[in-house]
Amino acid sequence: MSSKSTSKKPIGVIGAGSFGTAMANILAENNQSVILYSHRPERVKAMGETRSSGGQKLQDNILLTNSFEEIGNNCEVIFPIVPSANFRTMIKGLSPFLKPYHILIHGTKGFDLNVTDPSKIDAQNPLSRDHVRTMSEVILEESSVVRVGCLAGPNLATEISERKPAATVVASHFDEVIRVGQSLLRSDRFLIYGSNDLIGIELCGILKNIIAVGAGTIAGLKLGDNARALFISRGLVEMVHIGKAFGGNAQAFLGLAGVGDLIATSASSLSRNYTVGFRLAQGEVISDIIDSMEEVAEGVKTINIINKLSKTYKVRCPITETLYRIINKEMTVNDAHKYLMKFPFRAEIDFI
Amino acid sequence: MSRKKVKYPEIIPRTQQWPIVQLAKHRKEFIEEASAETFNNLQKITRGRSLREELEMTVYREKLRVKSNPWRVDPKDDKPFWLNIQKRLLDSHQLPKEESKEVEEKILKEIIYRYTDEIAGSFRRNSYRFAKKFITFGFARLLNAARVKGFTSLFSRQLDLDDKINIQGQPEHIRKLAKIGTVVMVPTHFSNLDSILIGWVIQFLGLPAFLYGAGLNLFNLKVFAYFMNSLGAYKVDRRKKNPVYLEALKTYSSLALRKGCHSLFFPGGTRSRSGHIEKSLKLGLLGTTVEAQRIAFQEESSDKPARKIFVVPVVLNYHFTLEAPSLINDHLKATGQERYYKENDEFTTSYRIATFLFKFFTKGSDISVTIGKGMDILGNYVTDEGVSLDANGNAIDSRDYFVSAGKITFDKQREQEYVRILAKRIVEEFHKHNRVFASHLVAFVAFKILQRKNPKLDLYSLLRLHDEDLEIDYLEFKKDYKKLRKRLMKLYRKQKVDVAGHMKYKADESIELGVKNVGMYHAQRPLIKSKDGNKIIVQDMNTLYYYHNRMDGYELEKHL
Repeated sequence: MSSKSTSKKPIGVIGAGSFGTAMANILAENNQSVILYSHRPERVKAMGETRSSGGQKLQDNILLTNSFEEIGNNCEVIFPIVPSANFRTMIKGLSPFLKPYHILIHGTKGFDLNVTDPSKIDAQNPLSRDHVRTMSEVILEESSVVRVGCLAGPNLATEISERKPAATVVASHFDEVIRVGQSLLRSDRFLIYGSNDLIGIELCGILKNIIAVGAGTIAGLKLGDNARALFISRGLVEMVHIGKAFGGNAQAFLGLAGVGDLIATSASSLSRNYTVGFRLAQGEVISDIIDSMEEVAEGVKTINIINKLSKTYKVRCPITETLYRIINKEMTVNDAHKYLMKFPFRAEIDFI
Repeated sequence: MSRKKVKYPEIIPRTQQWPIVQLAKHRKEFIEEASAETFNNLQKITRGRSLREELEMTVYREKLRVKSNPWRVDPKDDKPFWLNIQKRLLDSHQLPKEESKEVEEKILKEIIYRYTDEIAGSFRRNSYRFAKKFITFGFARLLNAARVKGFTSLFSRQLDLDDKINIQGQPEHIRKLAKIGTVVMVPTHFSNLDSILIGWVIQFLGLPAFLYGAGLNLFNLKVFAYFMNSLGAYKVDRRKKNPVYLEALKTYSSLALRKGCHSLFFPGGTRSRSGHIEKSLKLGLLGTTVEAQRIAFQEESSDKPARKIFVVPVVLNYHFTLEAPSLINDHLKATGQERYYKENDEFTTSYRIATFLFKFFTKGSDISVTIGKGMDILGNYVTDEGVSLDANGNAIDSRDYFVSAGKITFDKQREQEYVRILAKRIVEEFHKHNRVFASHLVAFVAFKILQRKNPKLDLYSLLRLHDEDLEIDYLEFKKDYKKLRKRLMKLYRKQKVDVAGHMKYKADESIELGVKNVGMYHAQRPLIKSKDGNKIIVQDMNTLYYYHNRMDGYELEKHL
């Protein structure tokens, strides 16, 4: 299989954030043309004028659009990469132009919270899996597309745009989707692995953001490398436990999308989630941090969701719970780390 | 509940034009075509084995089957046939490669032809008419004899079978679909009688005869064999599990679908042993629907548009499953712990069937058949015109599911995934159309109460509770029954389950009805009410467990 010009039709990318742009550039290098969508018309105009997005230069064969119709009608393969909070609305808008022949490979690492009336969520009617969806599930619910996949792995957008080597996992129930993803994305600086464990790989990408926030606080407190390693390893165990409760299996977490992504995001100031934790430890409050960031740190929302779900499904999540308390000002970062150091973990590894 | 009597005229009045009649008429050509296709398919799928190894394996297994598990229906020449194949295989071993390959392929073709010929049903129009008359007329007579007293009532036409069998759901819809496309009916399967029941429903709705796979073991019994053959059955031999046979079977079904033969699959593969509504479906035969649809689209031309395949789930409900005691024993044995299991097949003698049928159709036990909404091969609902709709009600072209880079492609793994999606949808529909009878709910409530009273016991210990622990205070029972019924009605309003009309009766009445009907013809009824009316007494935990299982999966127990 040749890695160049595998598709004659343009490839669609929805979302011109840093990761969306980085992916659009990679796709544009390998294929004839790419259509990049942004939901803000003024953004499309600005990108067209400067031929750049958030500091990343755009390849020449990237077309820009603000029209779902243009993306849906012209592209057979589309990569939606928008924040989880906007994902469902985005798919609803795109859905009229989607057909069962479309292939959608998303790169969003967060949950969709499908609760119409939050006040109805209480002890009697706790938050459950019915209310929480992964992005692939949202696509299946809102459109006629079935050939769905996801991207996950250590993919810090900045490094990708600097043309540094990286790798990712394309996960889908369909071998066809994995093949298509591989042939469109693969290059000598970008390795693509495949996996059939869609839910497992999605969960890896989502859950690791929790740990990244926590690792940021450790760094912010200057607790040292031992503490960070301790935190990351225990974080991985917690990820596996949550993942298993949601129908993933342990294997996925030990791969590129799990451990791989976890290490990258938990040690890099390029990671948004890590930055959130870091600034929390410096004494800032969450609302200020979020307001000052250009892009969404999915970890904060994920912490809120997992904290509730862990109670519904009785999964022990001391790290998530502690981070939840920090974010909601029930605990200081300092107290939190003391609390965790005393926490009675029993077996070190009990999931294999 | 009083209903207006509906008579459904036949949608194709001239049986001559029924696809299944056409198929039977050109039986030989059809078998040849199916054999050739099976041969081609087998060439495409190699499992890392050479043809010779595949054949040797087949011969070995077949000889073993002939020796250890012969049946009455088996052809007389079974043994010589396989010995002959074995000999020729051995002889050809020494030949040069080309020649030996030729022999191997010839042998494969012979085996395929033999299998296909065996699988192919021999639908006969005249016997179909007879069987149809016999079932409707005969049972109607029985019914009248029992209900309307007196000897002359044998000739009374007061009651018909359709008084007994209550058809729910979308009968008009399936009739429309059967005119414009090929219908694949997928019913739940609890009892061996389901085939006959479904057979009656099909003709009652005025649909042409359906092709369906029936276990070869049922053909052992002459009476059954007669009905099966005349109702359009083809034979499925569960003893033969070799790849050649399985491929021949799938090809037969797929080809018949493409020729427009409406078909019937029991997607659970076999009767539900535990009493649960099927959760995991057999994907093999179901897969032929997806495959047939794809090939139909591939062969489509502008003057000959592809016939669409419609999957129609059907749920059968009754208070009572004849085989319940042995089915549940089977299930318990398979899941591990039951030691007193004894083989006990109710369908061994014609006499037992006859007495059962008499009871089944004459005593006051309702049967309801729910015809679900038609779906395309991915489980999208279709309109009366056969147009697939997505969740938002927009039309979809199901051809697009097979399109990659602008054209239809064959991707085995993709289609396997589609089958999985379809199976999941069918299970969802089963649960939705499951029509709860009071008898199901009383069984569920009684079992759950005992479970709650004995929280420390596992299932197997629970099933062995002593008599004195098997009494439930009536008021307690009633309270829980009402609570769960309320929950059930909530689900009903959300269209997640269906309920029988009698579920809306007053609690006492509905419990009375349920207790009376649950497993009513078993030697030991699972539940009775004590004489003074203060207690509900469990008599048979195993069958109670069986009937209780039908209500599993709705999370009702959370509310107890």
